[in-house]
Amino acid sequence: MLLVAACTAAPLWADHIAHTSAEQNHLSDTVVVDGERREVVDLLGKPIGPTWSGRFFLGADSNGRDIMVRLLYGGRNSLLIGIAAAIGTILAGLLLGLLAGYHRGRVDAVISWAMNVVWSFPVILLGIALGTALALGGLELGPLTIAGDSLLIPIGIIALIYVPYLARPVRGQVLALREREFVEAARAQGMGTARIVFSEILPNVASTLIVFLPLLVANAILLEAGLSFLGAGVQPPDASWGTMIAEGVDRIISAPHLAIVPGAMLVATVLSLNVFGEGVRDALDPRAKVRIEH
Amino acid sequence: MARFALRRLLSMLLVLFAVSVLVFLIFNVLPGGDPAVRMAGKVPTETQVEAIRVEWGFDEPLHVQYATMMEKLFTGDMVSYLNGQDVVEEIWRGLPRTFALALGAGIIWLVFAIALGLYSAVRAGGLSDRLLTVLALIGISMPVFWVGAMLLYYLGYKAGIFPNGGYVEFLESPTQWLWHMVLPWFTLSILFIGFYSRVLRSDILETMNEDYVRTARAKGLSERRVIVHHVLRNSLIPLITLWGLDFGAVIGGGAILTEAVFNLQGVGQYAAESIDQLDLPPVMAVTMFGAFFIVVFNTVVDIAYAALDPRIRFEGGRR
Repeated sequence: MLLVAACTAAPLWADHIAHTSAEQNHLSDTVVVDGERREVVDLLGKPIGPTWSGRFFLGADSNGRDIMVRLLYGGRNSLLIGIAAAIGTILAGLLLGLLAGYHRGRVDAVISWAMNVVWSFPVILLGIALGTALALGGLELGPLTIAGDSLLIPIGIIALIYVPYLARPVRGQVLALREREFVEAARAQGMGTARIVFSEILPNVASTLIVFLPLLVANAILLEAGLSFLGAGVQPPDASWGTMIAEGVDRIISAPHLAIVPGAMLVATVLSLNVFGEGVRDALDPRAKVRIEH
Repeated sequence: MARFALRRLLSMLLVLFAVSVLVFLIFNVLPGGDPAVRMAGKVPTETQVEAIRVEWGFDEPLHVQYATMMEKLFTGDMVSYLNGQDVVEEIWRGLPRTFALALGAGIIWLVFAIALGLYSAVRAGGLSDRLLTVLALIGISMPVFWVGAMLLYYLGYKAGIFPNGGYVEFLESPTQWLWHMVLPWFTLSILFIGFYSRVLRSDILETMNEDYVRTARAKGLSERRVIVHHVLRNSLIPLITLWGLDFGAVIGGGAILTEAVFNLQGVGQYAAESIDQLDLPPVMAVTMFGAFFIVVFNTVVDIAYAALDPRIRFEGGRR
């Protein structure tokens, strides 16, 4: 929560404390540290480390950009991608799972097979193949045009990759639910298919979705970082924690803080999502709770 | 049983076919994917591009191009668009590296996960269990490449204990090979150790409540014997299944990030570099190779399960 708040407030920090933006370079700038004037990026191209005050709170990167500011803006992108991708996955997975589970037969066969295909792809390979191809030319689908550096591309790719993880359990649950008495009762009352699915079955699947959501967001953020690391995620000059780590890893010997700081942020975020997810699961699924009898 | 196995094999081939078509389409239909323009160099003229198109057959209809590519893949004639390297040869070069990485990491993560998961389950609710839970959660929350980079920096560059990445042939120097592989193995394992130990722990706790475990206890068997012979043996089955699937996935491209960080020049890294240059043939070959491993491990696990448990065969028919 704190992290989300901090990232939403990114422009405040940028304008009022650091007096810079995420993309502004300060190659030839100087900054006062402990009453001493120092160059932001020295002659060898080595950026300054954390100053722990106002400007360049966490230091600068090799272009003289303020890490703290980039961190907050990058966090916005990472969180946005994580959450949007997770929601996309849930919507698509839910729809496919409901269709496959409720209609069975041929519809189910086609959907399950498609899920198998996505499932069988080497995840990261599929991600970077799509990411690289799309980043170059963008996407033009009829009236829909998406630019190559749009955030929609990583969001879409990540959502697609995780769809089978959700569609499969949903399908299994729906298969079992549709035979239950209350669904039969609804059918006997003459309710339409759509109504049965939405008002009788959907509420029973909801707890699965809620359990999945934080874990999906966590994994989506991790996957985005991985894709960005291989250059197929968020495109420069936009920042995300993944791209920041990738830039940092390249210069880890001269300026380790470039990789450590965004990495630590990422781990903290994903960890809190995972802990939260674990808590939600324990609360909603009594079976998963630890039973200690002796 | 034979029919079930046959059906699984057929669906496996169908899935592989779909995967290959999709990869082909990604690189041919999406804008920015035209290989002729890229091969022609920085400032191509229209005639140059046209000449390349004809020479490489890019002017033919897509399905013909697809068929040619698949034929080349299976006869091993595939060469890179960009530098003319033999793709199959390159994969063979990277294969032992990827395999060494996956196998070593696979053994490490299984052994550690069993030890930690068992310990955690036996001490469930205690301080050490809680500590291990936190560690496992941290383990699954760290991006692989970041862990690798941190280990390389602190243990490799700063402390000088381990080499700075790279790969040494086993036959050249077994000790150097081992030394170069330690960090990649652990980097790749951390996530799986965290995940597997959690799975095993909850599985053991669930099995402990089964009737037959109570019977074993009632018989007066020692706690140790009950846990090792009755509980653990049963809980290991799903874990080994999971291991089979994940091992397939790691060989089939799951190790790309680790390979890239440690510069191991394995199959995954080869693919990542080829994708970067939009070089379709290697990408196609590696993706097929990866999907093949994933699908084969899936199918083997499925068939093995069906052989052990006849209920699945019938349920499987409905799928």
